[in-house]
Amino acid sequence: MKRPAKRGNSLRAIFAWPLAVAVLSTLGLVSALTGDGWRDAVSWLGLGAPVLAVAWAIKARRT
Amino acid sequence: MWFLVHKWTSLICTLFLLMLCLTGLPLIFHDEIDYFTEETPRFGMPGVGSSGETPGLLPFDAILARALAARPGEVPVFMAFDNDQPSMTVTTAPAADSPAAAMTIQLFDRSTGQPTGEVDESGVMHFLLQLHTDMFLGLPGMLFLGVMGVLFVVAIVSGVVLYAPFMRKIDFGTLRVSRSTRLKWLDYHNLLGIVALAWATVVGVTGVINALATPIMQLWQMGELAEMTRAYADKEALPPSRYGSLDKAMAEARKALPGNNPQFIAFPGGAFSSKHHYAIFFQGDTPLTERLLTPALVDAETGAFTVARPMPWYNQALALSQPLHFGDYGGLPLKVLWAVLDLFTIVVLGSGVYLWLGKRRTSTEAHVREVESGGLAVPAE
Repeated sequence: MKRPAKRGNSLRAIFAWPLAVAVLSTLGLVSALTGDGWRDAVSWLGLGAPVLAVAWAIKARRT
Repeated sequence: MWFLVHKWTSLICTLFLLMLCLTGLPLIFHDEIDYFTEETPRFGMPGVGSSGETPGLLPFDAILARALAARPGEVPVFMAFDNDQPSMTVTTAPAADSPAAAMTIQLFDRSTGQPTGEVDESGVMHFLLQLHTDMFLGLPGMLFLGVMGVLFVVAIVSGVVLYAPFMRKIDFGTLRVSRSTRLKWLDYHNLLGIVALAWATVVGVTGVINALATPIMQLWQMGELAEMTRAYADKEALPPSRYGSLDKAMAEARKALPGNNPQFIAFPGGAFSSKHHYAIFFQGDTPLTERLLTPALVDAETGAFTVARPMPWYNQALALSQPLHFGDYGGLPLKVLWAVLDLFTIVVLGSGVYLWLGKRRTSTEAHVREVESGGLAVPAE
């Protein structure tokens, strides 16, 4: 039951941020597996993305 | 359709998933907790890995003799090594194929030969691990939790599908906390669920693979291993009294796989070897290949090298699933992030139950309308 798209967010707009967070998390998950040192740091940044996204939403998008 | 998939897969697995998330939380930090609650032994050669060949490390035969002397009448099952400390373990059991519950794990310092304790299996952490792995039900418990993991992954996928119509009218990150409690938790459920998506999927899928550890090892033993040791197929099992030197076997294996260090030795008759071989599992020599094992099979009686072959893909998948499930491969910051994402998942599960409990009696159509309106069309009682 597809209805004509009313004015609203496109699929691309809906999934842009979730996709970015998912890609960064995946990068983080894999990075530390390939070695230590800077690869660990990359994994912290990557998996920090979902946490930062929630922190940002609580600060900026809470109504 | 997707609404119903999401509802039912979630409902069935939620209780078990909550248990897994709650027991998993302290397990993430088990190294740290063990470190603070247990005495760290003082090693004779601190910082020298027991898996290496540093001069001064004692022969494996000497350590094994001590371990067997402490458990008269038992046979060796495993011997495992450490890359960072001279610490090593010897596992013994009444018989080569005894169940894990009957095994005893002794710790030794390979630089002094002194025992440094037995692995304590009565502590809280061990209880949590057992609950998390199989709920004390053995293989059926493991497989059951594996099925719950599959449902969890289906719930994640269907949740992502529902996320699209829900977000049609609202922007990413919207948290409407002041309108109604239901809307507040609906927004948190969606936000936390979608940001934890990649992590939760990986931990879910790797959890399912870990739950299949026993059948995966059996597959390897009956397939690859049987083929590698075909010449021995008709021989009777080698009795422990005729086991030859481990050090000689190790030297032969090292000749076949130069530059690599062993992770553990599986003795004949157990789940990880044939009935006639020491299976010496070598780790790769780079961080990336460290977890990918290559067993070298050495005739346990004569010490002659038989064959070495990397584990097949399904074992390698299992080997990589362990760190990706436990989160113990990138230092303490990664563990902290693992814990935060675990807490996110707990909130998603809890809010999911709340959303279901709140409007249980209303029709599916009303719920679908709620999703499609971004949570504004609240189902009437």
